[in-house]
Amino acid sequence: MEETLVDWSRAQFALTSIYHFLFVPLTLGLGFIVAFMETIYVKTGDERWKQITKFWMTLFAINFAIGVATGIIMEFEFGTNWANYSWFVGDIFGAPLAIEGILAFFMESTFFAVMFFGWNKVSKGFHLLSTWLVAIGSNLSALWILVANGWMQHPVGMVFNPDTARNEMSNFWDVILSPVAVSKFLHTIGSGYVIASLFVVGISSWLILKNKDIWMAKKSMIIGATFGFITSLFIIFSGDESAHQVALTQPVKLAAMEGLYEGKKEAGIVAIGMLNPNKTLQNNENAYLFELEIPYILSFLGYHDINAYVPGLKDLVWGNSKQNIMSTEEKIQKGKLAVKAFKEYKNAKHADNHEKANEAKMVLDENMAYFGYGYLKKPEDVVPPVALTFYSFHLMVILGIWFMILFALVLFIVKKREISDYKLILRSALWSIPLGYIAAEAGWIVAEVGRQPWAVQDLMPVGVAVTNISSTNVMITFWLFAVLFTALLIAEIKIMAKQIKLGFEGGH
Amino acid sequence: MFENLSLLQLQQYWWMIISLLGGLFVFMLFVQGGQTLLNALSANETEKTMMVNSLGRKWELGFTTLVLFGGALFAAFPLFYSTSFGGAYWVWMAILFCFIIQAVSYEYRIKPNNFFGQKTYEIFLYINGNIGVFLLGVAISTFFSGSEFFIDERNFSYWQNSLRGLEALLNPLNYLLGFALVFLSKILGALYFINNINYQDIQHRAINSIKFNMIAFLIFFLGFLVWVLTKDGFAINETGSIYIQPFKYLFNFLTMPIVLAMFLAGVAMVITAVFMTIRFNKSSCIKTGGMGAVLAVTALLLNVGLNNTAYYPSTFDLQSSLTIMNSSGSHYTLKVMGYVSLMVPFVLGYIVYAWYQMDKTKITKEEIEAPDAHNY
Repeated sequence: MEETLVDWSRAQFALTSIYHFLFVPLTLGLGFIVAFMETIYVKTGDERWKQITKFWMTLFAINFAIGVATGIIMEFEFGTNWANYSWFVGDIFGAPLAIEGILAFFMESTFFAVMFFGWNKVSKGFHLLSTWLVAIGSNLSALWILVANGWMQHPVGMVFNPDTARNEMSNFWDVILSPVAVSKFLHTIGSGYVIASLFVVGISSWLILKNKDIWMAKKSMIIGATFGFITSLFIIFSGDESAHQVALTQPVKLAAMEGLYEGKKEAGIVAIGMLNPNKTLQNNENAYLFELEIPYILSFLGYHDINAYVPGLKDLVWGNSKQNIMSTEEKIQKGKLAVKAFKEYKNAKHADNHEKANEAKMVLDENMAYFGYGYLKKPEDVVPPVALTFYSFHLMVILGIWFMILFALVLFIVKKREISDYKLILRSALWSIPLGYIAAEAGWIVAEVGRQPWAVQDLMPVGVAVTNISSTNVMITFWLFAVLFTALLIAEIKIMAKQIKLGFEGGH
Repeated sequence: MFENLSLLQLQQYWWMIISLLGGLFVFMLFVQGGQTLLNALSANETEKTMMVNSLGRKWELGFTTLVLFGGALFAAFPLFYSTSFGGAYWVWMAILFCFIIQAVSYEYRIKPNNFFGQKTYEIFLYINGNIGVFLLGVAISTFFSGSEFFIDERNFSYWQNSLRGLEALLNPLNYLLGFALVFLSKILGALYFINNINYQDIQHRAINSIKFNMIAFLIFFLGFLVWVLTKDGFAINETGSIYIQPFKYLFNFLTMPIVLAMFLAGVAMVITAVFMTIRFNKSSCIKTGGMGAVLAVTALLLNVGLNNTAYYPSTFDLQSSLTIMNSSGSHYTLKVMGYVSLMVPFVLGYIVYAWYQMDKTKITKEEIEAPDAHNY
């Protein structure tokens, strides 16, 4: 497949998913925050809580609409731009997408209408239930799409059927309970909760700075900071589990995240560092221009054992017999055997030669785990862009720690002191809103850029997965999406800013 | 229970679900149809806002049905998903763009500081209602007229026309279903307004709009029917080869009398709904008309997929045509998804319940003008 086509298709997928994920996290978290608020309203009967609920609900709706707009393309883009992928793994990958539609999207859309227009039409109890169901529905949809994503990162529960030329599901439970999928789900929804908390705390801070609706802003802040503090601890734990799963299933990604070229035991993690741009797999230069390392942590994070050997990129590409690590070259040879056996199987079947078909099938089964390597040109192709993965990972971690500190500080001050006296904290909280989005997108860059060149880990590189289409078509749609989504984003931010300025009393 | 079904039975079961989803989706196109009537049926901003809010409480259900349609096709008939979406790239992209702009329009239309201005969002709704629906009709029409693609031994597909799906617009026969769907959605939209908005002027204008739209609908729909029922179809023989069979779709109706009965009943219900509305000023005919649309469309899709018919034919290479047999998921996946499909009645149940709760009281001018109203 031509390189430019693959690049434009990747760029379009990256663009549309980055845009979509600007809106998803807020929906995931703010749904619950609004549900907490409405619960307090229903329990206390205090009208001010209804006002609080309605204010945040309005912001929720503005964000939700553009989330839906950017989301529909994601459901179809696997087909439009990754058609070969869609056939090759559609038997497994399609199921979670369909389940997402049946179980989650309808729940969201049905009760969304009740939540916004039902205030005077349905009972208080049914309204509250609807608000909770919208939150649960959006989180359920995250579950299914992340099961699908987790499966691409670590395909399980399937067998390759050469007759249909695709992977077929053999165990549904293996697919949905895959530890990679579960940890990915928990870490991602956690990031959504943190972003929503940052959003609530940041905007409440702004209102307090402007001396507007102080009581309601403080109440919102307490809920946001509490939820944020708990969930930022949660993402640290789920992040640890995610890293452990990456170590077990995608060691090349882990090495790229750390810029680790030479494998080692008792490996430390780089707390802050800068990569040496001249470093390559071939030379022996130092990988970092400078680095501040915390000893043992990488071994512990990856394998839960401070003495564990963490393979570096060189081990993974060139192989390391001492550590029993197969070279990529060997995997490519096995992959080529698998691809060849698959063709021979097809030819033998065509010629009705069962004996030959069986022989080919045996070779294929033996080497199927390396099938995707058969399409790679050279061993180095297996290494993702190291700098982008490295910096994204470190940025995400540093920001994650900052958010935890921020929530703790805010929570302490708002409870024990007069928060309006702490202008620096309030401003920091406000400016941390965009940081939350940056951290979440950085996390996705680690997950997705870090697994290149694979569309499906070890089985299908992106070059094979892409739709057979001339790159001009994809280039045009890329720009159409870029222009349209950017325009809609501007509209969304302007509307949102206006509603925030109106404050709680603004009538929502 | 699903493990006892054969692969073919599961494929048929899933085609029935897809057909039903298609039917429900076309019913939900009343939202799109309503969007095209916003200016025609309103005399002032308040009236328009009443209509936008009436549709605004339902648009997401239709949108979600479209999304589910994509997901269900991916899970149940992945070869269609890869071949059609990847192949007819521009048609699907155009349809998706029409729906992307719909999704923000309700929420952003009258919000202060909305960047594009109210008019733009209303134009978005208009585009979604006309072009989006028309292109959907054209895309579905290719199930009967065929497309140009080739599928290799790996089941990778190769579209043979560089217009990537837009070539369907070069065949005027595909316009018949496109326009039929546009006018049907307008009729359903008007029936919905009549039922959902308690305001005489709008109801009156809606009835008038139905008169013209019904005639236009009947012309295109009958044209479509004549074309489909007299045309050659794409049939499958015992060995799985595709061949051309004269009057295939007419023959399908006659061999599947239940499907024919569904179809006729559906069409009759749409006509009855329109008649009762125009003649007797009935206000609840969206139910009859909507059910009729569901039945007729479901039957049409059953016709093109069952009874050994290639539902997505290739005119470039007949043997590349997609059938429910050669394009489906595996037995295991269809079985798992079969269990998931048992949730559908439950989902429909809560949708109907919430819908009933919300629409018990009709939309009135007072509600829209209330100071604490959350309006679109």
